[in-house]
Amino acid sequence: MTVVQPVTSPIDARNVPAPAEDKPRPLRARTTDDVLSVVGSFLGSGALVWLIYFQILPLSGVLGFLICWYAAFLAMFAGVTSLSHPKPVVVSRLMGAAITGAFVVVVGAVASVVIYTFDKGWHVLPHWNFYTRDMAGVGVRDPVNKGGILHAVIGSFEQVGIAVAVSLPLGLITAVFMTEVGGPITRVVRTVVEAMTAIPDLLAGLFVYVLLIVGLGMSRTGFAAAIAIAVTMTPIIARSAEVSLRVVPGGLREAGLALGASHWQTVRRVVLPTARPGLATALILAIARGIGETAPLLIVSGASTFTNANPISQPQNSLPLFIYQAVRSPEPLQIERGFGAACVLLIIVFILFAITRFLARQRVGRS
Amino acid sequence: MAVSADQFDLPRVLDPGFSRADRIFHGSARSIAILVLVIFGSIGVFLGYQAIPTFHRYGLRFLTEHDWNPGLNKIGISATMLGTVEVALVALVIAFPLALGTALFVSEYAPPRIKSTLVALIDLMAGVPSIVYGAWGFFLLQPYASYVGRWLHQNLGFIPIFKVDTDPHAAIWAQSRYYGSAFIAGVCVAMMVLPIACAVMRGVFSQSPLGEREAAYALGATKWGMIRSVVLPFGRGGIIGGTMLGLGRALGETVAVAIILSQAFDIKFRILESGQNTISKLIAERFGDATTVQLAALLTAGFVLFLMTLLVNTIAAVFINRSRSGATTEI
Repeated sequence: MTVVQPVTSPIDARNVPAPAEDKPRPLRARTTDDVLSVVGSFLGSGALVWLIYFQILPLSGVLGFLICWYAAFLAMFAGVTSLSHPKPVVVSRLMGAAITGAFVVVVGAVASVVIYTFDKGWHVLPHWNFYTRDMAGVGVRDPVNKGGILHAVIGSFEQVGIAVAVSLPLGLITAVFMTEVGGPITRVVRTVVEAMTAIPDLLAGLFVYVLLIVGLGMSRTGFAAAIAIAVTMTPIIARSAEVSLRVVPGGLREAGLALGASHWQTVRRVVLPTARPGLATALILAIARGIGETAPLLIVSGASTFTNANPISQPQNSLPLFIYQAVRSPEPLQIERGFGAACVLLIIVFILFAITRFLARQRVGRS
Repeated sequence: MAVSADQFDLPRVLDPGFSRADRIFHGSARSIAILVLVIFGSIGVFLGYQAIPTFHRYGLRFLTEHDWNPGLNKIGISATMLGTVEVALVALVIAFPLALGTALFVSEYAPPRIKSTLVALIDLMAGVPSIVYGAWGFFLLQPYASYVGRWLHQNLGFIPIFKVDTDPHAAIWAQSRYYGSAFIAGVCVAMMVLPIACAVMRGVFSQSPLGEREAAYALGATKWGMIRSVVLPFGRGGIIGGTMLGLGRALGETVAVAIILSQAFDIKFRILESGQNTISKLIAERFGDATTVQLAALLTAGFVLFLMTLLVNTIAAVFINRSRSGATTEI
């Protein structure tokens, strides 16, 4: 017999607050206490650890100092917070500081990789011959104004170009099959593609070696390297293209079909154009991975010192292979050339990523 | 009256089947997908086929022998397999907390305005070629990491894995004894594992339901309380899957490991000591001057590596798929 009725509070009826009082509380605001306890603990622990570490104890080393500073900061931050807050807030703030610390470590590590590479390689970069000459007839002890990496750049671009021509259709059509066509084997295809995304790139080299060089009797050429790169790129393209096809709204597909378009027309004129920025991003990410691929090239592509623009005969060098051999050489000048080539490779990768950022922003603008 | 009602009311066939163009489209897409399946499936088959003669010749001794000495007809990968796992585990121990912290920072703590920039930064980190990480690890990281290694040896040397065959308190310490160790290679590989694990974790964290987050806040949870009770349980599949994916990558990482590690074929658990080997380093270094028999043995080693990574990656894929949300996005 009990009927649930909406409970009406007597307060509502009598006294409705004016809209002006209804201002939402800012959820992300920081209080003075938040800011000061962080800054205070940071500076205080830094000064304390500096005094103990460098002045009192006979210790040295920047790395040890930073680690001790961070530990002291966490302890001091917890102490300061527990003066005025209950335990859950202390735990929350400590975890926030630990998580932020992890992020700072990661950013610092990446920055040190990039900065160190450019620091070691920038001597070589202003020499114009570095980009216009190859290493034919240049000894490892020759100064950096002789020789260059033209052969490696040409090889890299040709190999990645062939790899894209092979892997783009394969990867894209596989992604279309997984999202649009479907069928009983979709799960198998998806599982295999996902497992292959993370398969060691070295094994792609072994596979191509067994198939093309042992099986078909080809020699070590740029083409074999390109096929090995394509083997590593195809699952990457298929996987990230599948992700961007999957976020195309189902309503758009149904609208296309309801207007009388065939399935193929819907895919070609509705689904693929909608996903175009995502697909371009998938391609460029795969290129960025492919151009830095080193391990398979050690196996299937012989390294040359001369410029060889023909990928199907003679060995062909490429940027990662050149860097690998240069940094393992005992000659400082050759190591410097290796780092110079690493800078060029990094710049290429950065440019590719800048393009993906541009495309991603376009997608946001269009939707 | 002769015609019964149901004869008129026969429903029109709603599914007329696909047109010829669509059948061609479906057929060709399916055949390309099957082609890709066959290509990638045949990687395992080909490598497995090449492994048969080696197992005929050496039998299971191939898996238990630690030395790789073709001159004495002693070829085995037990030490190498152990080294592969050691380097990968060191990488994972370092990368896991950092990846989890970075993923949580990007999805929960970072200001919304710079979130997409941070996501791009992590992608960029994954895009830096491994050869660049290798050169960085060899020239910049190695001296610093050897100090860390000595510190661990001095203070935790009673644990067997941190033992090094030298005196840590010597006035002039043998720094080269700490070079080229599984520890240093693991730190460098961690840099490559981290963005992969982090990207998977972040993707899952950012999908955790908004309603439950707000419910946690409404019940008075602090930020960490909300993360612990909503985001982490929701993202458990992504955390495990991302970590396993990273482990798969760490097992197969080649060039950075090949540059840093100094080669040794002993079964050793001392991760700080110079000299260790991994399967991928073995293949990369011995491939150039291998005879036919050795080549087959290297391909067999590659097959073992393939099986290891395939196992790890499949487990990762199962966990990630389980945590995936719906198939398509609806308007």
